[in-house]
Amino acid sequence: MNMSVDRTRDFGEYVPAPDDDIIICRCEEVTKGEIRRAVRDGMFNVHEVRRFLRCGMGLCQGQTCARLVRTLIARELGVPPGVLDEATGRAPARPTEMYVFANEKMEGI
Amino acid sequence: MNTSDVVIIGAGAIGSAAAYYLAKRGLSVTVLEKGACVGGGGSSRNGGGVRQSGRHSAELPLAMYGVKNLWPGLSDELGMDIEYYQEGNLRLGKTEAHMKILQGLTDSCAAGGLDMCLIDQKQAREICPYLSEDVIGAGWCPTDGHANPMLVTLAYYRAARRLGARYITGAEVTRLRKLRGRVSEVVTADGEVYSAGSIAVVAGYDSRKLLASVGLDIPMSPILMECIVTEEAPHMFWQMLGTAMADFYGHQSKHGSFVFGGAHGYEPYAAYDGGTRGASISVPSTCRAIIGYFPVLRGLKIVRSWAGWLDDCADHIPVMDNPRETPGLTIGCGFSGHGFGISPVAGALLADLASGETPTLDVSKFRYDRFRAKI
Ligand SMILES: Cc1cc2nc3c(=O)[nH]c(=O)nc-3n(C[C@H](O)[C@H](O)[C@H](O)COP(=O)(O)OP(=O)(O)OC[C@H]3O[C@@H](n4cnc5c(N)ncnc54)[C@H](O)[C@@H]3O)c2cc1C
Repeated sequence: MNMSVDRTRDFGEYVPAPDDDIIICRCEEVTKGEIRRAVRDGMFNVHEVRRFLRCGMGLCQGQTCARLVRTLIARELGVPPGVLDEATGRAPARPTEMYVFANEKMEGI
Repeated sequence: MNTSDVVIIGAGAIGSAAAYYLAKRGLSVTVLEKGACVGGGGSSRNGGGVRQSGRHSAELPLAMYGVKNLWPGLSDELGMDIEYYQEGNLRLGKTEAHMKILQGLTDSCAAGGLDMCLIDQKQAREICPYLSEDVIGAGWCPTDGHANPMLVTLAYYRAARRLGARYITGAEVTRLRKLRGRVSEVVTADGEVYSAGSIAVVAGYDSRKLLASVGLDIPMSPILMECIVTEEAPHMFWQMLGTAMADFYGHQSKHGSFVFGGAHGYEPYAAYDGGTRGASISVPSTCRAIIGYFPVLRGLKIVRSWAGWLDDCADHIPVMDNPRETPGLTIGCGFSGHGFGISPVAGALLADLASGETPTLDVSKFRYDRFRAKI
């Protein structure tokens, strides 16, 4: 069962961090500050932040930044990162051309 | 503490749109979502089509109302870009048999007042020059389009939350409760009770289980549909695409990736086990379909695939109603795989029903008790 989380929450005023401009997701160029603000805007887990900002949705599908993003969200929420789901891995494991998939046709049965 | 004007069960695009329109009227709203995520159901997994063409005659007025009155201003209204593009829908055909199907769809939509027509190969290629030469014609609806489903759902959530709607995720409702003849409480798996003057069930296929707790049933089946997304490509076209055979559909999104959905034919037989694992035959089948219409895309790389459940109603149109025998209850389910395109209008109508207002549009075709024996 999922942990019940009431999304009503007062985060207080946003305190900018000196490294808010640092890029966390290289593929989609999403910064730390954008992720922190998204959490305050109600995006309380990796899936929502990803859908909201596109971090982890580029060519590497979050293989580089997934952990970092989760840690940043957890820190903003004040919970241990382990409480949050990791991003879901999906096929294909590596980007694969459409014609390669299209060739996968079993003949004769 | 757990009392509000309205409780909505299900934080999909439609539940969240309803929450937003209710909160905007000043009502206190609690949204209960069983998943860890807002929009973890079909609402974040769909192909993003905002189509009027190809709609059932009962749904067409809703789709047309939404495209005219709600979609164009939605980014402004909700305060974020939901990536709505209204550049038309091409439904493609390669054979005379396909063109016959397209003619039928065009005629029925035109009868409902939609601006839609059949176009030939040359006209289709003028609209979208990347088409295969095998395409001999298309059904063309210039006012159709697409939007980003993940953003639409989150935008409604974000705006509703800003207006004070209380969202609780990880809150699985197990039953509805009647008090003195009125549906007025819901109970969650962890034993919490939420009470409200009005309760709306907008929980996709799982609405069925919830409705059973007050003796109602809607004939629906769960169907697992799959999508793929490609790497980013230079911008090529904005149209929404479909085919007479419905073997694939999709569009190029704002950031350049193509989002496609397809059907391999066994979707209704997927085991409804709480997961969303795709079938191994799905991506290959969708890729073959796409390449058949767009050979230029054959070298484009797929970066991700996923699946999502849809709540297919027996007659493929939703139920939106206040059942007579359950005062206090609003039902919104059975959107049958095309609920995203009408999510703003469906949310607005459910907000009307849940707050006792006369619905903005006629909803009599979506009654819960319309299912009759065939003989
Ligand atoms: C692959 C795919 C492609 C599609 N393509 C299109 C398209 O191009 N155009 C289009 O118009 N439509 C499309 N659709 C259909 C569209 O996604 C749905 O009709 C629409 O999202 C339905 O929205 P909803 O809010 O009713 O349902 P959902 O998004 O399914 O939301 C229901 C929510 O209720 C929650 N819930 C369930 N049970 C409980 C409970 N007991 N307690 C609390 N919460 C509960 C679920 O977790 C879920 O979050 C597609 C669907 C799929 C799966």
